[in-house]
Amino acid sequence: MPASSQSFLDYAPAPESQAILNLRESYGLFINGEFVPGSGKSFSTISPATEKKIAEIAHADAADVDRAVAAARKAFDGTWSRLSGTDRGKYLFRIARLVQERARELAVAESLDNGKPIKESRDVDVPLVAAWFFYYAGWADKLEHAGVGPNPRALGVAAQVIPWNFPLLMLSWKIAPALAAGNTVVIKPAETTSLSALIFAEILQQADLPPGVVNIITGAGDTGATLVNHPDVNKVAFTGSTSVGRMIAKSTAGSGKSVTLELGGKAANIVFDDAPLDQAIEGIVNGIFFNQGHVCCAGSRLLVQENIETEVVERLKDRLRTLRLGDPLDKNTDIGAVNSREQLDRIRELSDIGEAEGATRWTSPCEIPAKGFWFAPTIFTGVETSHRIAREEIFGPVLSVMTFRTPAEAISKANNTPYGLSAGIWTDKGSKILAVADKLRAGVIWANTFNRFDPASPFGGYKESGYGREGGRHGLAAYLTSGPAAGTVRKATR
Amino acid sequence: MTSASPSSAVQHVALAPASRAVNVIGGDLTEKSLRLHLEGLPGVDAVGLEARAAGLGTRSIKTTSKAWALDAIIGMIDLTTLEGADTPGKVQSLVAKALTPDPSDLSTPRVAAVCVYGDMVPFAVAALGPNSGINVAAVATAFPSGRAALPIKLADTKDAVAAGADEIDMVIDRGAFLAGNYGRVFDEIVAVKDACRRDDGSYAHLKVILETGELNTYDNVRKASWLAILAGGDFIKTSTGKVAPAATLPVTLLMLQAVRDWHALTGERIGVKPAGGIRHSKDAIKYLVTVAETVGEEWLQPELFRFGASSLLNDVLLQRQKLATGRYSGPDYVTVD
Repeated sequence: MPASSQSFLDYAPAPESQAILNLRESYGLFINGEFVPGSGKSFSTISPATEKKIAEIAHADAADVDRAVAAARKAFDGTWSRLSGTDRGKYLFRIARLVQERARELAVAESLDNGKPIKESRDVDVPLVAAWFFYYAGWADKLEHAGVGPNPRALGVAAQVIPWNFPLLMLSWKIAPALAAGNTVVIKPAETTSLSALIFAEILQQADLPPGVVNIITGAGDTGATLVNHPDVNKVAFTGSTSVGRMIAKSTAGSGKSVTLELGGKAANIVFDDAPLDQAIEGIVNGIFFNQGHVCCAGSRLLVQENIETEVVERLKDRLRTLRLGDPLDKNTDIGAVNSREQLDRIRELSDIGEAEGATRWTSPCEIPAKGFWFAPTIFTGVETSHRIAREEIFGPVLSVMTFRTPAEAISKANNTPYGLSAGIWTDKGSKILAVADKLRAGVIWANTFNRFDPASPFGGYKESGYGREGGRHGLAAYLTSGPAAGTVRKATR
Repeated sequence: MTSASPSSAVQHVALAPASRAVNVIGGDLTEKSLRLHLEGLPGVDAVGLEARAAGLGTRSIKTTSKAWALDAIIGMIDLTTLEGADTPGKVQSLVAKALTPDPSDLSTPRVAAVCVYGDMVPFAVAALGPNSGINVAAVATAFPSGRAALPIKLADTKDAVAAGADEIDMVIDRGAFLAGNYGRVFDEIVAVKDACRRDDGSYAHLKVILETGELNTYDNVRKASWLAILAGGDFIKTSTGKVAPAATLPVTLLMLQAVRDWHALTGERIGVKPAGGIRHSKDAIKYLVTVAETVGEEWLQPELFRFGASSLLNDVLLQRQKLATGRYSGPDYVTVD
């Protein structure tokens, strides 16, 4: 045996090279097929792991939004709505293949800008982005089967605003179905995570997508508000916080715009005493510590049957001790950086409240880097349903553990939330899965797994988690209408 | 109970006492109490287990970690030849390789053991000589099928121990296990363990081969792991190498989980040996990661983890040479055994 001077578990650094990136110093707005300067005051995007500047990003003001919407309108009327579905599909297939070709570059950019571990951007985000474009490419010439009635046709110009937690993946969830259905797009990435969207703009150029079909404008909340309230957009699709979703619902009410909102969540992950325990532990970890817990459908409330609570919590702590927090670009990193100081402050604030309210806090022992925004995996036990950490979305690597005695109690506690995005059930008993799933009010219910996504599966919430569905046929239908065309809206031809 | 269960008369048959089982299950050890214990283990979700194993397989082990891992792998190999065509000459050649894995680099560690059929043990012992630091492991109990009467299995075991085997790799009676006769499997392991006893009162180390490729389901693998541990096995081993699939990462992970849980329950450390089908350094490193992140680094030593392999050694040596020189050599730069 070799001398054990070093610990094997202190894996030597295995950083993914940034050499593949070909970043510009500054990025303009992508309008009408080309990068143009923004009129607002530009801002820096930084790496949340080092706080170092990556690039300068343009800020779109109202005039820029006008230009982008006008470009999208022109492309809709002049090009995209006149193309056959087969031809639209060809562009989408081309984009999907280019995403695959540039997968590593996109993954590195995503981890650099967002802070998520490279293993996730490489193995989850980017492959799903390609899958989403492939999936909707196949739909483009089959719109009559989307279930919206006769003569399915596009809505027109879609205004899309996406969050920072899965920047490129959320972009694909928005753009792929919109284009397949024949809409044109103006999309605004989140202020802190514009980078991958701007590389995606280069991919659109590479794919020779007709100018104006997709316009990518960067900026902050004001840019997003101007975009969704623009009078010439037909469809608004938003993923983000419930408070912003509420503002959008108000401001678009009566405007005639179709709206889909994918908002927050406080999902219950229910572990019964007959669960496959080792896999349930993995599922709990994946449910709340995947992507630093920055997941709207995260399993942030663990509901564990009271008779196995101690065992589950002990096993969970043992497992969390093996999680590696650090450099997002290191291939062995499990927990990356929190995306922004603002979000870190929010996580800290709610965790402190959890302690103050009497819950017991346990934090995984890991070294926190000096620079950047970090939060070690944390579990709260002794959480009661009345605690704020049991009710409010923390959007960080913080798990609230509660117990139940019977399936009926589990269901009642799981549903006792203003949200309703997702839920998880862990039991080896199939009949129990079906009986419980039937009574949970959540858009997505995972059984013996968690946080699994597939483009064919619709995704969306109940109650304050929003309305409308993304993914699958339902996600396509959200970008279609039927019946005779009116005004400038044209039939999406086959 | 289903009709496949043995009759209640059989279920109340008392089993050979094995101190571990008595401590954990209770003094009145019967077929029934054993069955209840094994059936009370949590189920295994196949998709989740395989996903976890795949996740562990994505760890990137580079530079100094890789160098350490390669040497650790060599030190945990049971260099194996289990062929009908084995001869004293072949065993001698295997032993020479075990002693000096890489003649071009004498700093290369030695393997943990050589693993041979029982009748080859005297040749292996003679070839190794005293103080080699390498154990002789013998497969026994009508390896690989285990289809023989118990007295024959015990004689097989005793023979090998008498000939100087340090370790016995026994096979369980998979037929009895699949028929639900857990007690019979248990009793056989207890009896074989007893047959491992030397005249001086010490015991040859007992590795219990589950032949997971024949047990087929992960739930069975978990039950068989516990069964083998309860009956007194020092090691649980995946496979004979004669049945496909042999060792897989998910199966090994599952067995490591049983070992981890046993340690949490009793403080006792059981070894794990994946065997068969591990041919490349890259795969072997995935096993090291799985061990370290499941039961802890403490298990990364030959007393607690082994690879049953033959061609793996040369691939590790090639990787080792590459780390030293920066260049890949080729199969002509490592020795055949």
